[in-house]
Amino acid sequence: MTTATTTTLGAASDARVLTPRDAADVAEIVTSHTRALEPRGGGSLREVGHPADADLLALDSLAGIVSYEPEELVLTALAGTPLAGIERELAARSQRLAFEPPDFGALLGSASARTIGGVVAANVAGSRRVSAGAARDHFLGCEAVSGRGERFKAGGRVVKNVTGYDVPKLLAGSWGTLAVLTTVTLRVVPMPETERTLVVSCATPDDAVPILSAALGSPHDVAAAAFAPERGCLLRLEGFATSVDARAAAIARSLRRADVAAVDGTASRALWAEVGGAAALAPWPVVWKISVPPTDAPRVLEALAPQRYLLDWGGGLIWAAFAAADASRVRGALREGHATLFKAPRAARTSQPVFQPQPPALAAATRRVKHAFDPDGRLNPARLG
Amino acid sequence: MICMPTPDAALVARRVEIVRALRGLVRADGVIDDAVRLAAYETDALTAYRQRPLAVVLPESTAEVAAILRYAAREGVNVVPRGAGTSLSGGAIPAADAIVLGLGKFNRIFEIDYANRCVVAQAGVTNLGVTHAVAGEGFYYAPDPSSQIACTIGGNVAENSGGVHCLKYGLTTNNVLGLELVTPDGEVVRLGGKHLDSGGYDLLGLMVGSEGLLGVVTEVTVRILRRPETARALLIGFDAVEAAGACVAAIIAAGITPAGMEMMDAPAIRAAEAFVGAGYPLDVEALLIVEVDGPAVEVDLLIERVAAIAHSSGARYERASTSERERLAFWAGRKAAFPAVGRISPDYYCMDGTIPRRELPRVLGAIAEMSTRYRLRVANVFHAGDGNLHPLILYDANVPGELEHAEEFGAEILKLCVDAGGVLTGEHGVGIEKRDLMTYQFAAADLDVQHRIKHAFDPDVRFNPGKVFPTLRRCAEQGREHVHAGRDRFPGLPRF
Repeated sequence: MTTATTTTLGAASDARVLTPRDAADVAEIVTSHTRALEPRGGGSLREVGHPADADLLALDSLAGIVSYEPEELVLTALAGTPLAGIERELAARSQRLAFEPPDFGALLGSASARTIGGVVAANVAGSRRVSAGAARDHFLGCEAVSGRGERFKAGGRVVKNVTGYDVPKLLAGSWGTLAVLTTVTLRVVPMPETERTLVVSCATPDDAVPILSAALGSPHDVAAAAFAPERGCLLRLEGFATSVDARAAAIARSLRRADVAAVDGTASRALWAEVGGAAALAPWPVVWKISVPPTDAPRVLEALAPQRYLLDWGGGLIWAAFAAADASRVRGALREGHATLFKAPRAARTSQPVFQPQPPALAAATRRVKHAFDPDGRLNPARLG
Repeated sequence: MICMPTPDAALVARRVEIVRALRGLVRADGVIDDAVRLAAYETDALTAYRQRPLAVVLPESTAEVAAILRYAAREGVNVVPRGAGTSLSGGAIPAADAIVLGLGKFNRIFEIDYANRCVVAQAGVTNLGVTHAVAGEGFYYAPDPSSQIACTIGGNVAENSGGVHCLKYGLTTNNVLGLELVTPDGEVVRLGGKHLDSGGYDLLGLMVGSEGLLGVVTEVTVRILRRPETARALLIGFDAVEAAGACVAAIIAAGITPAGMEMMDAPAIRAAEAFVGAGYPLDVEALLIVEVDGPAVEVDLLIERVAAIAHSSGARYERASTSERERLAFWAGRKAAFPAVGRISPDYYCMDGTIPRRELPRVLGAIAEMSTRYRLRVANVFHAGDGNLHPLILYDANVPGELEHAEEFGAEILKLCVDAGGVLTGEHGVGIEKRDLMTYQFAAADLDVQHRIKHAFDPDVRFNPGKVFPTLRRCAEQGREHVHAGRDRFPGLPRF
């Protein structure tokens, strides 16, 4: 049966920590516990979202790879399995998660481990989002416990599956507000033979975004395209060595510029780990994650004038750093898209909406979906506020 | 043995009044209620089933769709959304107490945005219409269901359509960026757009593949891709299906993601070759078509690597395309496999389960055993790269009982797919066809979750009634995908 310990979790909280041993324990706790629960994998993203007044449902014990079949390109693991172990297992068979879950440890100042369930629940994606999708695109199926305390399964273990609603899509990015994931199945992909990053010097977003757009719209299979003001435009090529060589040469020719540098292999991977995790913005207390149509990025950046920024996803993702949070100003600058107050002191995350407020009809649909899974508001009641 | 829910007699009795009300909401000629014109809407590509709806309404704008749905909500009228009506699972078959809301007039492309690599189109634009609109600039829309010349982008969203190339480029759900949706209560909601990911729940992801049960999609924003520099295909023949399956596994294990990887068994090879003369070897038991695309230098390299893998997997026949014409010829046989089978049998019934790739030899062995037991021939074509099977059961509807026999055979195949760790449907949808098998794949608690999602959007269960979820009542009736004497409802559509 469940062990529950009382732990002090910071000044404002007398939250308890509940430590289920398995999915049955999770169902039992969700059913019988009298306070709201905050499902926690490794805790690396705990400081993202509206602070929850809830007891912690720590999923550390739900750890372990259930099955990994490299020839099927599919992996099933308990939700609390540390991501590091999964990535190691995959690398040993020259495979990986296509969406390269970024490590936000530096940005958020957290040393907590990441878990596969957390990666899915937050629907994270690294720089390859533009070419390979996010966690949602590789999340094939799961077992979970709804806010009603009911165990259910959704999706399957095969990529091609249109049997019933795509419930996994709904759970990916729901931040533990609909159900507690207990087991997840993800599609994996072969690791490329090699990779190379072309670095094109470039000073402003106005100059950079057309270069990123042209690269992603070229036939040269650009896997990621970012603009880091201190470095320039970064164009990532992956694949078989001869192909990477040929594509790199073709892109360099099409740019008609002499100042194109190249970063290979390990250095290239390290560069993209830094970009994906927005590590360069770590010194600032407030960091926004803003999703826009790529060509809107220069205008939005001009309106926001952040202290530091980074463009990823071909310009479609703006990481913007400030000294203080001003939600209405940031969101007021968007014509389309959404802005998440990804990093901010607790007080700012309490007083301002962390996630983009929705228009009334959409907000109503969101409430009805929440009610379908969790009518009593047991799971992370305010997290998406 | 599929039947629809018992029609609501009170609704049926209000038909005249409903038609009159609809005429007040759209242009008068946008409402069809005469028997002759209604006949065109009685079925989809699951032609064994037909049902005349109360009426068909063809709105011309999102505002009209919203007005119709507000009226339907107020008056408790059931609604069946319809694109081109090419569903293979009966997803667009009307109900006797429902109006059909057809999106045939939603045929405009609003915007082509090359810099952001997307197209904004009305839901009734055809799948191929999107590609045609951007082909001049070297772009295309990746999902390519076999019915792409006719099927609509809105219908693709409803069914999460796949195609031959989804192994590398993903399904509809991976290629749709945004939707405009009218909910069953008549509210217009925009999900996503030219930006990535959702600011809240991924309702866009939920809508894709929801088979018209949660609302009407009126506008779709899709991602477009630059056409690969080149593509080549390799034909590989084997003495045994097991060896072909091992070759597929070895290609994947080598880190190669082909653009497409298709398999045919001996009956399918022979039927296709007799029909189109694609140049297939006739002395093999299994044939693979492996296509790779990308930069020329990479394609040539991968063709060599795949050929080497084929050789070490015991292939007895290998041929690589050396021209675009030859590549297309390789595909011609595969794409003609369904009509080719239609020539050698009075009728066939197409299945659509997905299994883990490793189960391929065992599942094909079991299907062969069933074929003997049911005394019905089977030809197998399938998307080998992602384990999506399309067994074609050959039967003769004029032989009493043979259709029911074929249906039982089909159900046993689908149950076998589930037992092997797979699913009932990979790309054709549940519709009415596989509805009663849902309880085989999902436990009651799993279906409860899905029912609650349905109720969150459509509490009165008025949208596409009788589809996807099992109803309590069953009845003995007509058969399922029923292609008789080669007379497909869409004879011009390739099916693969």
